[in-house]
Amino acid sequence: MSGVRVLVGTRKGAFLLTSDGTRKKWKVDGPHFMGWEIYHLKGSPAEPNRIYASQCSSWFGQVIQRSDDGGKTWQAPGGGVTMSPDGMPMGESNKFVYDASPETGKPLTTHQHYDGTQRPWEFKRVWHLEPSLTDPDTVYAGVEDAALFRSTDGGRTWQELAGLRGHGTGPQWQPGAGGMCLHTILLDPKDPARIFIAISSAGAFRTDDGGTTWRPINKGLKSEYIPDPAAEVGHCVHRIAFHPSRPNVLFMQKHWDVMRSDDAGDSWREVSGNLPTDFGFVIDVHAHEPDTVYVVPIKSDSEHVPPGGRLRVYRSRSGGNEWEALKKGLPQRNCYVNVLRDAMAVDSLDKCGIYFGTTGGQVYASADAGDSWKPIVRDLPAVLSVEVQTLP
Amino acid sequence: MIRVVLPPHLRTLANVSREVALRVEGPVTQGAVLDALEARYPMLRGTIRDHVTKRRRPFVRFFACREDLSHELPDAPLPEAVATGAEPFLVIGAIAGG
Repeated sequence: MSGVRVLVGTRKGAFLLTSDGTRKKWKVDGPHFMGWEIYHLKGSPAEPNRIYASQCSSWFGQVIQRSDDGGKTWQAPGGGVTMSPDGMPMGESNKFVYDASPETGKPLTTHQHYDGTQRPWEFKRVWHLEPSLTDPDTVYAGVEDAALFRSTDGGRTWQELAGLRGHGTGPQWQPGAGGMCLHTILLDPKDPARIFIAISSAGAFRTDDGGTTWRPINKGLKSEYIPDPAAEVGHCVHRIAFHPSRPNVLFMQKHWDVMRSDDAGDSWREVSGNLPTDFGFVIDVHAHEPDTVYVVPIKSDSEHVPPGGRLRVYRSRSGGNEWEALKKGLPQRNCYVNVLRDAMAVDSLDKCGIYFGTTGGQVYASADAGDSWKPIVRDLPAVLSVEVQTLP
Repeated sequence: MIRVVLPPHLRTLANVSREVALRVEGPVTQGAVLDALEARYPMLRGTIRDHVTKRRRPFVRFFACREDLSHELPDAPLPEAVATGAEPFLVIGAIAGG
């Protein structure tokens, strides 16, 4: 029988939640890397037992971890495969150095800071890891301060795709409250040369040549918190999602507004419709229905909790505008958690499973496309990210 | 031998006990001790000081002989007691955050 493996990154370690295809009984494995922030874990579509993890700490910086056995053991890929008795890796922590070479790095010097001054780019952490769809050794990393890196040797060494920062608008990018992070990487399954990324607070960008050249794709976005609400860059995009069968149709949860593009980001239109608030962080698409979209509305601007203390996922079956509240099994009073941008994922079983994690440490799962929900675990550290692997 | 005491998370990462012993060639300075530490335990590169600039990470401190040496220049000599191995060089994770 097929099964699922849910990869959960938290403020204090990683957890792996596994179940068979019924998704009724769950095994909770962890914590891995206790005490370290695990911003993201993701498995390789080409080799599901290979999982990459971003481990970081304000004290000791960034470490990339890799498992080749489905999360049983881990290694820091830069240092070989020697394992310590307690399962911790013995390898060099990974090196993310911005490209400053005259050929590709110029003039990648500064970006805008909160106070409007220019600051040099400074690496802080990896927010998101996106393994290649076809090669287990190739993986992309979205980092803070915003840049895109790629490894082609299983995470040992990393090279910046400097054309993104260097395409021209870089000096206008500025951090959101969470930092200036590149948090979304979408690899187009129909066109290997096309990649979409998103940055808070800069916007969405696209390459059509494998990462050499990039351009902003923010036409149609309106953001009242920047001097020109329709500017080319400066938008705080929280998340982008697509259905793999239809990568030209993009859905976006922005800092205010749920948006849709039908032309690979060349233009956007708002599809917030009847949502109780169009602020939020996550957005995802049903595995089998390209027009079924999920969001979790969050009250803002500075509150960042579910409206009225009621945690509800909203589902549109029409590609936006018409939304229904999904609340069966979710707390409908006294709930004041947040759902962060990388903390929702879908499996590809029938019926489609939907998963999300909260800053209160709950991971909720629906085995019926959102009609009803149950917590898999309730008391983890604050959840930063959720990914799902559907296993044979 | 130079004695270096590591904070718990870095002991786990390097798979060592509280204290490690290092041979340092030439003058015993903060930079030379950290060079020797990173050469012996490459997984610690980037965790104590920046990969490129070699600047100390903000929440890491260096103590020895009951003194805070965090702001000493990297090529300044460490105390004689550290150079002889009588006292350890302590790498400390600052008290900060949760």
